[in-house]
Amino acid sequence: MNTDSIFSSLDISHYIYLSSVLFCIGLFGVLTRRNAIVLLMCIELMLNAVNLLFVAFSSYMGDSAGQLFVFFIMVVAAAEAAVGLAIIVMIYRNVRSTDVGLFDKLKG
Amino acid sequence: MSTLFLALLLPVFGFLFSGIAGKHLPEKITGWISSLTILGSFVLSIGIFNDVANATSGIAAVGFNFLSVGDVIVDFAIQADRLTSIMMLVITGIGFLIHVYSISYMHGDPGFYKFFAYLNLFVFNMLVLVMGSNFLMLFFGWEGVGLCSYLLIGFWYENESYGKAARKAFIMNRIGDLGLLIGLFLIIANFKSLNYSEVMAAASTGAVSTEVITAICVALFVGAMGKSAQIPLYTWLPDAMAGPTPVSALIHAATMVTAGIYLVVRCNVLFELAPAAQQLILWVGLATSILAALIGLKQNDIKKVLAYSTVSQLGLMFIALGIGAYSAAMFHLITHAFFKALLFLGSGSVIHALGGEQDIRKMGGLKKAMPITYYTFLIGTLAISGMPLFSGFFSKDEILATLFAQNTLVWALTVVSALITGIYMFRVFLVTFHGGFRGTHEQEHHLHESPALITFPLIVLALLSLLGGLINLPELFTQNNAQWLKHWLNPIIGASQESLHHPEHHTEWLLMAIAVGAFVVALLYTRNKYIAKQSIPESDAEMTDLAKLSSNKFYVDELYDKAVVTPTEIIGDTLQKTDDSIFIGAIGGVNKLFGSIANGFKFIQNGKIHYYLLYMVAGIVIIMALNLFR
Amino acid sequence: MELILIPILSGLIAAWAGKWSRWIALLGSIITGVLVVTLWSQFDPTKGFQFIFDKPWFSSAIHFKTGIDGIGLLLLLLTNFLTPVILLSAFGKDKQSLVFALIVAMQGALNGVFLALDGLMFYIFWELALIPIYFIAGMWGEGDRFKTTIRFFIYTFIGSLGMLASLLYLYSKTPDPSSFSWEALVAVKLSVKEAIAVGAGLLLAFAVKIPILPFHGWQPKTYVESPSFGSMLLSGIMLKMGLYGLIRWFMPLVPEALSFYNPIIVTLGIAGVIYGAYIAIRQKDLKGIVAYSSLSHVGLIAAGIATLSFTGLQGGLLQMLSHGVNAVGLFFAIDIIERRLHTRSLNQLGGIAKVAPLFSVLFIILVFGATAVPFTNGFPGELLLLKSIFSFHAWQGIIAGLTIILCAVYMLRLFQFSMFGKANNDQLTSFGALQWHEALGMMVLVLFVVFFGLFPQTLLDISGPSIQQLQQVIEQSKEVLS
Repeated sequence: MNTDSIFSSLDISHYIYLSSVLFCIGLFGVLTRRNAIVLLMCIELMLNAVNLLFVAFSSYMGDSAGQLFVFFIMVVAAAEAAVGLAIIVMIYRNVRSTDVGLFDKLKG
Repeated sequence: MSTLFLALLLPVFGFLFSGIAGKHLPEKITGWISSLTILGSFVLSIGIFNDVANATSGIAAVGFNFLSVGDVIVDFAIQADRLTSIMMLVITGIGFLIHVYSISYMHGDPGFYKFFAYLNLFVFNMLVLVMGSNFLMLFFGWEGVGLCSYLLIGFWYENESYGKAARKAFIMNRIGDLGLLIGLFLIIANFKSLNYSEVMAAASTGAVSTEVITAICVALFVGAMGKSAQIPLYTWLPDAMAGPTPVSALIHAATMVTAGIYLVVRCNVLFELAPAAQQLILWVGLATSILAALIGLKQNDIKKVLAYSTVSQLGLMFIALGIGAYSAAMFHLITHAFFKALLFLGSGSVIHALGGEQDIRKMGGLKKAMPITYYTFLIGTLAISGMPLFSGFFSKDEILATLFAQNTLVWALTVVSALITGIYMFRVFLVTFHGGFRGTHEQEHHLHESPALITFPLIVLALLSLLGGLINLPELFTQNNAQWLKHWLNPIIGASQESLHHPEHHTEWLLMAIAVGAFVVALLYTRNKYIAKQSIPESDAEMTDLAKLSSNKFYVDELYDKAVVTPTEIIGDTLQKTDDSIFIGAIGGVNKLFGSIANGFKFIQNGKIHYYLLYMVAGIVIIMALNLFR
Repeated sequence: MELILIPILSGLIAAWAGKWSRWIALLGSIITGVLVVTLWSQFDPTKGFQFIFDKPWFSSAIHFKTGIDGIGLLLLLLTNFLTPVILLSAFGKDKQSLVFALIVAMQGALNGVFLALDGLMFYIFWELALIPIYFIAGMWGEGDRFKTTIRFFIYTFIGSLGMLASLLYLYSKTPDPSSFSWEALVAVKLSVKEAIAVGAGLLLAFAVKIPILPFHGWQPKTYVESPSFGSMLLSGIMLKMGLYGLIRWFMPLVPEALSFYNPIIVTLGIAGVIYGAYIAIRQKDLKGIVAYSSLSHVGLIAAGIATLSFTGLQGGLLQMLSHGVNAVGLFFAIDIIERRLHTRSLNQLGGIAKVAPLFSVLFIILVFGATAVPFTNGFPGELLLLKSIFSFHAWQGIIAGLTIILCAVYMLRLFQFSMFGKANNDQLTSFGALQWHEALGMMVLVLFVVFFGLFPQTLLDISGPSIQQLQQVIEQSKEVLS
């Protein structure tokens, strides 16, 4: 382990805690918030929490595969956010609201 | 021996010929070719008769294997022993006469060719019945004649009541057939064979218990009850008069109904081992004989009287079988065939002359216009009533004499039955032929004797009725040649009849006198009533209650209707309703079940994103938890 | 094997052939029939399974395995001789090409069922045979046909699922390498409890198909509402699938449970005989009479088979063939009447015999065949069946014997009220002569009726040794796992 690295002073457990908390906040938001855009933001939050965890472990383990994966996730997140926003804009034009509770046309 | 097969198959040729080609040929050709095939069989039967005279165990001819499954090994095999050859002569001889008669009687009927086809088919089946060498062949012929009687009784099929009568005959016969079939199964199960020779031989050794043999005999007798119209399966026979008269003559007088008698005589070895069954036969025969005679007393349709007379006479034959007098029963079978066929054909002649009239109250005074019919009918009547020296006298006497020596009570009741027979026969004869003519002017105008093709068979049968007694004269009358029939049949029934008592000669004279006395009483009574007092049977409205009882056949048909037909309908309807509601409805229930299950699960799909997300998260958590706790 | 491929192929071609479809279908069907006859001539009854064709199919466990023994040969004869006749009956003027395609395709599927010697292959073809009949009944039926057909389909399917479950269970018990082949499944030994459970699954499928009381709910409506050729396929051949299944795929596979199941089947069969007969007597629709009469007759066959006696099995096989011929014949005749007079109700019919003599003769011979009159094909089978039931249990035999009376009642009603009596229908004068295909079909059937009435042993000789071998197999397997 490189004692000069910026991260060496902190134990990995701190990063895990941070990451989990962020993830749970994001999850909570996804499950409860009614505004579609906020929903997307929470999803981004969850994804970034995971990114953080990947980077931490990558540095801690010295394996750069984690950082590689972070790039993948960032790309996917960006794409998905773009598509999601586009869909919300289309729905808004029809339903005149961003409340996800009103998007229930697919019910069985 | 190929003559056997030829005799059997000639009628089939006639059947095919008439059925296929007869439609396009003139009546005479079809009729005569059909009749000649029967004549051919008759001639061959004479030859077979001669052959069998020398070979006491009979001659056989084996066909091919019909079934060979486990215990059931049956061949299409025929044989001719002494019993068979006699039956063959009767069947083909009288059959031929009736065919000839029909050429004239059925003249002009659009179904002429069909009639002869059916008649030939009938004779064929009857021959199968008597010529078979195993029980299954018997059954083949048995059902076959039932089938043909269905076709022939319902011959004028456009009339629905005729069709109903035909169906009744077939179905009642089938009820009897079930009994016969059960008898067959019991025989296979216990004797492992259906061949007569093997079964009879095995039975004699006592290998099978009496109870089983009694069961077999009772089952066989049920079959005979159906075919030979005994109580309770007799009501089809009077209704069967719906068929053309030659049909009645052939089927219901001379051949088909005698199948039951043949069966019992054929199985005499078995019946001798089952005294309980014989008692059953005796009492059923007696009851039938008396009941039918009582009904016949008040019938006004000439054919119905003869029908009930047939039932009654068959009862008499069964009485004889019940005491083990097999040759006496056969003797009466033969004489009865002669005079009953004669009477039926004679009545046909009358009906034809009167343009279809069958009610005797509308007849009368036919003596002058139809002398041949008159005299032949008279001979028939005298024969059946027991006029001394006529054939019927000897055959009845044989039965009565043997009866007296075994069971006096039954003998006495049988004499009563004979008395009633005399009364109703003379009644019918006198009312039909004597007195003034009571029909319409139209009919009187057309009254004439029937053509030769009708009168010729009448004359032949009259001669036979007159002289038929010669085949089995009692010892009282002659020393040589006495009881020829009995001796002829000895190889088949000899052992069974050994134990029969026979009355002393002087007792026999006394019995004969009593029988003659009954005959004379009947003659005088009816002569008094119908000639001297010129009374005619009353119209339906004027009958007394007692007379109504008899005239309405003791309401037996109505009883059967309520006891059998109506419950069948009710059961059928009830089952139908059950079927519809429960079984068919059950599937609908299954469908609904699945539907409601599906409905139940519908709530999960409510379309709201949050719920879906929640399910997702919950699922992930559960899986992770499960993994942790593995 | 080609027997399966040819009919299905001709079906496919026929579906697109438009005007020529009926001829292509008929040709394909007859060629298959000829093939069967050639196989028959090379067949040796004593040698067990012959003409075996065995190739791995979906995996090493599931083979496409076909073979013929005496039992299968009889049923193949039935299928491949009846289908051309059924095609002939559908030759009426305005039938779509799909009809003929479906009928001949069904022939292929049915052949597959009777040829299959691998459990899963059997199952696949069993289900496959349902498809054409579903379309036939659903598209050309009458009345409430959709509901009825769907119910029929689902009901049969549930039964088949039972069979699938049981087959899978047995498969799991076969020694390595696991296989679905018949011999392997038969060799599996089960405890009595296991056998009863497995048997229940198998029996369910067959009980629904045959049908045995109380699983017959689908049958009456489906028969009546199907078009005639559909009813012919159903009653002539499909029913026999169930009975064949009993013989080949039920009794040898769970012999340990037979002492439990066989008496039940016998009793249910006989109950079906009486039940079906009584209802048939009260039916007013011609097709209804034949439908319930089928229920009655197959009940008798099932009961006879379940006695497991040589007589019963032979009689059952023989009667399967006879009933197939007779039922098809009756439906044929009813179709002829219905097409001309547009009614099937006894109340409205009558007097046809006067205008159609040839038809009456052919019809009445078929009726007598159905009533098991001697000299017809119905008689020897019924004789053997009744004898076997009687030997099994005398009183049940006597009750079963009532069928000869009851059958006469409803069959004569069927014939007499439609053919005899007064002419009730003004369209009677336009009855017209039989068309060539109708006459040909009926005459072929009548020929069968008479020929096998006189010479049933020709058929029995084919199946006899095979049945004995089957009985031996069952006997040997009957030792129970302790």
